[in-house]
Parts: sequence; C-alpha cells; structure tokens
Amino acid sequence: MVSASEIILIGGSAGSYVLIAELLESLPEYFDAAICVVLHRNKQFDTQIERSLSRRLLRNISPAIDKMDICKNYVYFAPAGYHLMVEPDYTFSLDGSEHINYSRPSIDVLFETAAQIYREYCTAFLLSGANQDGARGLSIVEDFGGKIIIQNPDQASINTMPQAGINETQNPQVWDNAQIVSFFKNLNKQS
Amino acid sequence: MAGISKGFFIEFEDLEEIIYILKNISEVDLSGYSKSSLKRRVERFLQVEKMDLVDLKNAIINVKDFHNYFIQELVVNVTEMFRDPEFFISLKENVIPYLKTYPQIRIWSAGSSSGEEAYSTAILLNESGILERSFIYGTDISPKALETARKGVYSLNKIKSYTENYLKTSPRSEFANHYTAMYDAAIINKEYRSKVLFSSHNLVTDHAFNEFQLIMCRNVMIYFDKELQKRVLNLFYDSLSLFGFLCLGSKESLYAHDIKNNFKVIDKRYNIYQKIK
Repeated sequence: MVSASEIILIGGSAGSYVLIAELLESLPEYFDAAICVVLHRNKQFDTQIERSLSRRLLRNISPAIDKMDICKNYVYFAPAGYHLMVEPDYTFSLDGSEHINYSRPSIDVLFETAAQIYREYCTAFLLSGANQDGARGLSIVEDFGGKIIIQNPDQASINTMPQAGINETQNPQVWDNAQIVSFFKNLNKQS
Repeated sequence: MAGISKGFFIEFEDLEEIIYILKNISEVDLSGYSKSSLKRRVERFLQVEKMDLVDLKNAIINVKDFHNYFIQELVVNVTEMFRDPEFFISLKENVIPYLKTYPQIRIWSAGSSSGEEAYSTAILLNESGILERSFIYGTDISPKALETARKGVYSLNKIKSYTENYLKTSPRSEFANHYTAMYDAAIINKEYRSKVLFSSHNLVTDHAFNEFQLIMCRNVMIYFDKELQKRVLNLFYDSLSLFGFLCLGSKESLYAHDIKNNFKVIDKRYNIYQKIK
C-alpha cells in the first residue's frame, strides 16, 4: 500500500447515496488518488454501506481507521459517530468532539483538515443534502488552492447543501451528475 | 489564504510553539496529541475568546492560571451515559460473570471526563449484584470535568438522551431509579457516588497507581498519536491484574500494536480485551 499524494473528498447527505454508489462503481481498476467519503448517516447502520459496496464492487472500500495511512487506490468512508480528520503525516485521525452542523461526521471537518494538508492536491465534491454542512469546508479547500466541484442543485434530490456550497464559495465548478460520474470513470486519464 | 469570515487558522508550527510553551510552564505535555484535532480546538478557542496568537502566547506565559483554563478547553470532554449501549450489553455478558469471581473488584475509568461512564458502570455493577464489593476510580486531567464528575449532577436534557441509551442495554430497572430529579437537573444516587472516586491523573506523564480487574478507556486514545498510544497501552497493561479486562472505544483497537499479543480478544466489535500473559 502506497501513500496517496492526492486526495478526492466527497461530501453528501440525504439523497446522495445513489450517486455516490454510481460514481464508485464507475472507477477504473486503478487510480492514483485516495478517495474519502463523508456521508451523513445513522449510527445504527455503521459499516453496512462500506461492506455491501466493497462486496459488490470488489474494491478496497473501507471505513477510515484512526492513525491509518491514507493510501492510493483506496476508498475510505468516515465512520458514523466520529469526525474524520487528516493529519500532517498523511494519516487519518478520528475525533468524538461536538457535532458540527448537527453532524458527526461533519463534512466541514474533513474538508477543512484535508485542505490544509493536501492543498492544491485536494479535490472536493459537495453533493445532495438537506443542511449546510460542507459549504464552509468547500470554501476552505478553495482558499488553500484545491479544486471544488458542486453537484448541480437542479439535479440534486435535495438542493440545500449544493446551493449553500455555491453561495459560500468564489469559483466553484457546478457539474451535472453525468459529468461527475465521468470524472471518476476517467480518473488517471486526466493527469 | 483564508478570509476573515472563516479565519482563525494557525500553522502547525504555531501549534508546536504553543505545545512547547505549555510544556515549560506546566506539567501538561500535549506533544503526543493528534495534531489536526488539537489545532482545530486551539482555533476554536481563539475564535470564542476573540484572541489572536500573540494574545494567546502572552496570556499563557503571563496570566496566572490562564494555562489551566486553556488546557481545559482544549481537551475533548464529550461523553454520555451508556454510550454505545451494545458495548454495555457485551460488558454484562462477557466481563461481569468473570468479575463476580473476585472478592474485591477494582475498576479504572481512565479519561473519565464528567463521570458519565463511571456512573454507568456503577449502575451495571449494581444490577449485577456486585456493586457492594466494587470500587471505581475515575481519572482525568481536567479539573473542571472532575468537579462535575464528583457532583454527579446532569441536566435533565442530557438525562433524557442517557435514558434512551440505557433502555437499549436491556436493563433490569427504570433509569429513574438511579437518580433524583430536581428542577432541571438530576443527581446520581449516593449509592453510586460513594462507590466512585474521581481524581487527577495524566495518562501522558503519570504511572500505574493500583491494580485493576477492569480498565475502561473509551474514546480517549483517538486523540493520541501512535507513540503515545503505545505508552498508554503499556500503562494499562501494567495496571491490569492477570486475566483483567481492557475496554477501548469502538474505533480504538489493539490491532496495530505489538502489545496485542498479551491480550485475548473478547469482543472484536466493541474492542474488549483480556490480559492473558
């Protein structure tokens, strides 16, 4: 397992699961980045999403583990009930502090900490959701030189989150679902 | 760089400097803490207190007792009674029967914060009929958290969510039997408060102080780097009697540590281990 020098972040809440599953499904066999997903979800359904996706797609999809190296060609999910952070030595850490935007994991927390470590090697996607989590984080990714992409609110099941992202940032790229899926499909062909 | 509205970012070098100053003027050494989490809390502190880095360093060095207040605010003190109810069910099924074989039972709740976990354990021991011969030590580095823990008083708002957790542990009694409500708060019954001693202990610098049959340290080690985790695990190992139990948080495992060879996994999902050599 090799440490990733690039990270792709995906934040989503209500209404984003189907798109997330679809874009993970379209990934090429090998890609250079680490992909890291924060999906708001109930603590009761802890690791079922990773397990079922991992089984279905036969890929390295796992919950992010505290102090684990962030590796290429891996998809990580933030575990329910904890904030997920990126450390300066390119490992993950978990944090059980207060909810942010009524959420733990909070998209803002991952985006904010990853932005400061990976800087221009950080790409962040904000998808459908019913609250404002992720908007501030997205603007921080932008401030630190990363690339930000927001799901077209017209195509989002619930547009509150992408709309908040658009309002909070300077120059976001707003993409349709097909564009988002094609980005993941063509990973490693772009660079 | 970050605009004013979301400002308050400090550099990791600034964090190192703050850690260095704190280490020099107090006994608290935060150098083994996870950096990103700590940095966020420093930034939050600056934001709430409307201070900048210069003010902060100045206050730590020159204002008497400020550093105690600062450290207290940096440490995460989020906890609940019966957090992860399934863990308590596992404790009841897998650990309590073993504890019952001891004439005297000593338990350590390490990083006890405001005391909720120590009291939850006391209630569980009571329902298992072994509270009388048990004693729980709760330790933390935060004087403020220890003070709350000793009082055993929690807001009714919190009690409401603690009750939901409690009901999921298939308990033998009503949660309301364990506390007395007054106005908008509840005090944990004296039978529990008299069985728990809360005192100051620093996992980073202090040593073993007793031998225990059960050590609970849940959601504390995630704030430590690997090196410090190793130190703390050795401390727990030294503090456990042979065949004693170690309970970590649901995302904290011995998996990446050599010391796992001295433990048997009792519950993989909830990270309960037994010292076997």
